[in-house]
Amino acid sequence: MKDPQLLITRRSLITGLASAGGLLLAGCSEQGPPTYGNVLRMGDLLTYRAQRLLLPRHALVREYDRRDISSMPATGTANPGDSKEEAFSATHGPVFEQLHAGGFADYRLSIEGLVSRPGSYSLEDLKRFPARTQITKHTCEEGWTAIAEWTGVPLRRVLEAAGVQPQARFVNFHAFDEDADGIDMLDALHPQTILAYGMNGRDIPLSHGAPLRLRVETQLGYKSMKFLRRIVVTDRFDDMGKLGPLQNGWAWYVGI
Amino acid sequence: MSATHPQPQITGGAPEKGLGHPRWVRLSHWIVAASVLTLAFSGFVILMAHPRLYWGRVGNELTPALIELPISRNYHHTGFGPATPFFDRPGSPVTAVRTYDIFNQNGWGRSLHFLAGWFLVVTGTLYVLAGLCGGHFRRDLVPRAGELAPRLLWRDLADHARFRIQAAAGGPPYGLLQKASYCVVVFIALPLMLITGLAMAPAVTAAYPFLADVFGGSQSARTVHFFVFASLVLFLLVHVLMVILSGFGRQMRAMTLGSKS
Repeated sequence: MKDPQLLITRRSLITGLASAGGLLLAGCSEQGPPTYGNVLRMGDLLTYRAQRLLLPRHALVREYDRRDISSMPATGTANPGDSKEEAFSATHGPVFEQLHAGGFADYRLSIEGLVSRPGSYSLEDLKRFPARTQITKHTCEEGWTAIAEWTGVPLRRVLEAAGVQPQARFVNFHAFDEDADGIDMLDALHPQTILAYGMNGRDIPLSHGAPLRLRVETQLGYKSMKFLRRIVVTDRFDDMGKLGPLQNGWAWYVGI
Repeated sequence: MSATHPQPQITGGAPEKGLGHPRWVRLSHWIVAASVLTLAFSGFVILMAHPRLYWGRVGNELTPALIELPISRNYHHTGFGPATPFFDRPGSPVTAVRTYDIFNQNGWGRSLHFLAGWFLVVTGTLYVLAGLCGGHFRRDLVPRAGELAPRLLWRDLADHARFRIQAAAGGPPYGLLQKASYCVVVFIALPLMLITGLAMAPAVTAAYPFLADVFGGSQSARTVHFFVFASLVLFLLVHVLMVILSGFGRQMRAMTLGSKS
């Protein structure tokens, strides 16, 4: 017996699955995070595409009051200059140690890749840009949250000063520890994505990423990389090899 | 089965003809079942990384917890360096360096959670649309006005408490408590899981802050997420128990092959 309701339902099921598949395929034809044929990475890619498709662009995360500032643990690398750290870099760790000893006076952030004016910026250079201060909630993938005040320069300002080329699609970050990661242009140009040098009204403490950390407020905490060293603007996706999240089994986009 | 078996009492005798479940119900039932089991497993792994629950917007190892669950080596760990205040005033919030190597399998745990979540959301949406449009909800799931009399409700409760279980037809019509529990799962618990889940997502709450606000903050939403999970586990146990007590073979046949009349 043919139940007409059954037909409608089956059709809608196929349509639904096909559109979900289409969302994934769109991900494959454009350049985006690779899946390596791994079903977990395909799910991550679907989440990324769906959030980019469905969520309004550049919605601002809530900003809080000074009295909302909370305690906040320092997790991950606490000091990239300490050779006992799990993510100690033999190349960049000793350099960091020296910079730290000199109060970061010789610190330079390098900006490279698809920019018309590649160069390096001292902390003083960065502080000459109009600053942005925001009191926001940090959401760690572990499950905890904390509210802190962050002061820095919007990444957008620095990218504009460096002259980002129109074909740029990703901004990648390298840190003084063994950490490298990236974000897409949408998050990079988000008004609350800042290169922070201040926390709770002072210089960022060492354990929270001195002298300069990224704040990507629309994603989980691990995207807000500490101890920034180098920024590279690219037009193709770079999984950052062994230092990046993907090859270590972590999602690249974590808006959820 | 011996006829002298004392309990449970299967009353009413096996129906001549089971109506069975339509194919779309059977298909969505098993996709939802697999998704929910995967979500429960991966969710538990995620919770093990931070087995502390809070109320409000903020909660971490340096703030007091509402509940702490002894489910991983992270329970009550004390691996922190000295606390440093952020401000020069009494009662200032502090920071401290974590020196303890926590259990954390959230790399695959989170990705598996959201993958299963997609299966649940897509299947659940189609199921709800089909159930609304085709009359399945109205006909089989939502209790009729006359059924909601306290006397009938009480009798169904008392029968369940005494393990006097109606032999299943292998599909609708459902008992009163059965309808009520399916309605709670379909229309309240699972949607609440989705909403409290999204209330923890920074990109989602940036666009829709009310998702977290209605619970009083993303940590409250996380706590609600946990308790609804616990209720769903309880439902699952009772559901499986009832399937066994009301005639396991007939029930499984009705939900897999459907019934041949």
